Amino acid sequence: MSALNNLSNIAKNGFWKQNPLLVQLLGLCPLLAISTSLVNAVSLGLATILVMLLANFAVASLRALIPYEIRIPVFVLIIAALVTVVDLSFNAFLHDLYLVLGIFIPLIVTNCIVLARVEAFAAKNGLAAATLDGVMMGVGFLWVIALIGGLRELIGQGTLFSGIEMIFPALSGIQVLPADYPGFLIMMLPPGAFFTLGLLIAGRNWSEARANQRRLNQLKQAEHPGDKPAENMPPFTA
Amino acid sequence: MDESSDATENMPQLSLPQRSALYIALRTAAILLAFTLVFTALMAGAYYLTAPRVAASAQVEKLRLLAVVLAPSFHDNDLLKDAITLPPNSALGTSENTRLYRARKNGQPVALVFEAIAPDGYSGKIGLLLAVSSTGQLLALRVTQHKETPGLGDYIDPKKDRNKVRPWISQFANIGFDSVPPEQWHVKKDGGHFDQMAGATISARAVTNASGRALAWVNKNHDKLFALPANSLYQE
Repeated sequence: MSALNNLSNIAKNGFWKQNPLLVQLLGLCPLLAISTSLVNAVSLGLATILVMLLANFAVASLRALIPYEIRIPVFVLIIAALVTVVDLSFNAFLHDLYLVLGIFIPLIVTNCIVLARVEAFAAKNGLAAATLDGVMMGVGFLWVIALIGGLRELIGQGTLFSGIEMIFPALSGIQVLPADYPGFLIMMLPPGAFFTLGLLIAGRNWSEARANQRRLNQLKQAEHPGDKPAENMPPFTA
Repeated sequence: MDESSDATENMPQLSLPQRSALYIALRTAAILLAFTLVFTALMAGAYYLTAPRVAASAQVEKLRLLAVVLAPSFHDNDLLKDAITLPPNSALGTSENTRLYRARKNGQPVALVFEAIAPDGYSGKIGLLLAVSSTGQLLALRVTQHKETPGLGDYIDPKKDRNKVRPWISQFANIGFDSVPPEQWHVKKDGGHFDQMAGATISARAVTNASGRALAWVNKNHDKLFALPANSLYQE
């Protein structure tokens, strides 16, 4: 496989095929806590991308020095140190942004997707591939948590982008549903995150199953051009 | 030392499988120690590099918060310097030491700014910041931290209140026991004076009752709080 092909596969894995939230089901704790609004969800997603990029980069460059037996404590040490440094730097040099993202940065330590990618990918691959994997896994996390945050905010309280004035003071949230929309409390509580995620996973599995079925049909068509497409083929029996 | 450690030293460097368990354990521990030292140094370095700027930002943040409840034009002294420490206090609901800031103009007492805690929010404690004038009026009240349900009880924080023109918390501006007596200082649902949002009474009740308790305590101890020297510890 060519190097370019390999990198494009890494990108596809993070975004869709091995999506951390939809397929690997990692990072559920921050998902439950933060996906109550679109702005919060995107903020956490962005902070996660930054930390995953740094963690995968650091581990991929140090991996020759890390003995296999103690890799987990060393990874935890590296991730915790990086998160601390990012947290302090944001606080000191980007204070306005820190006031918005600040509470999310320490939360990233609780996100097992960071440790999982370091262990499963960065420890076994080169620098460029590992860095890209960190970013794309972060992007995969970002778009799913943003979608869930947006849906929960819309159904739960009828708004979108509420709280954006904390990042861009000139903007304000949009009341999408009528102002007298009573709200749907359970969507704002943690079960709402589970329901939304469950439906998204089901949707993803359904679309994957359809794609597989289509591929199967195409294969059959190619072998026996005369047959009609097996749209409602009974399950295979011996 | 025993034989095995002697044996390790005499062994050729490349015959890894024959090395003793002790050697491997020590080597692994040394590597872990080295990683710990390097990354602890990294964190300590980052801390020392950023500490002055972080402290300066925290100071600015504190002043900004104080300015929200007490307009800077009300006083001409440095609030952060003219402060005393309050020990844990049941009337304020605090369980740790807190700071009380004293605003003066031309040396005359103007207002007190201090923290209180409403212990009975829907999801735990609600942190409050109050400014009380020397005439016993509650000048302003703000929620500094809370975990109330987003979209339901969090209207106690004006940033989350959907009514931007007259947020719920603005009922507590320039109001005192002369217009709302202590027995009326409750939400309407409890037969008191203050509005609450239907369906989310608990958050509003917690804030209202805590502000009433804090206001009564400060009015009672007003003279003593102003008389103490700066940076001293208040004692009942």
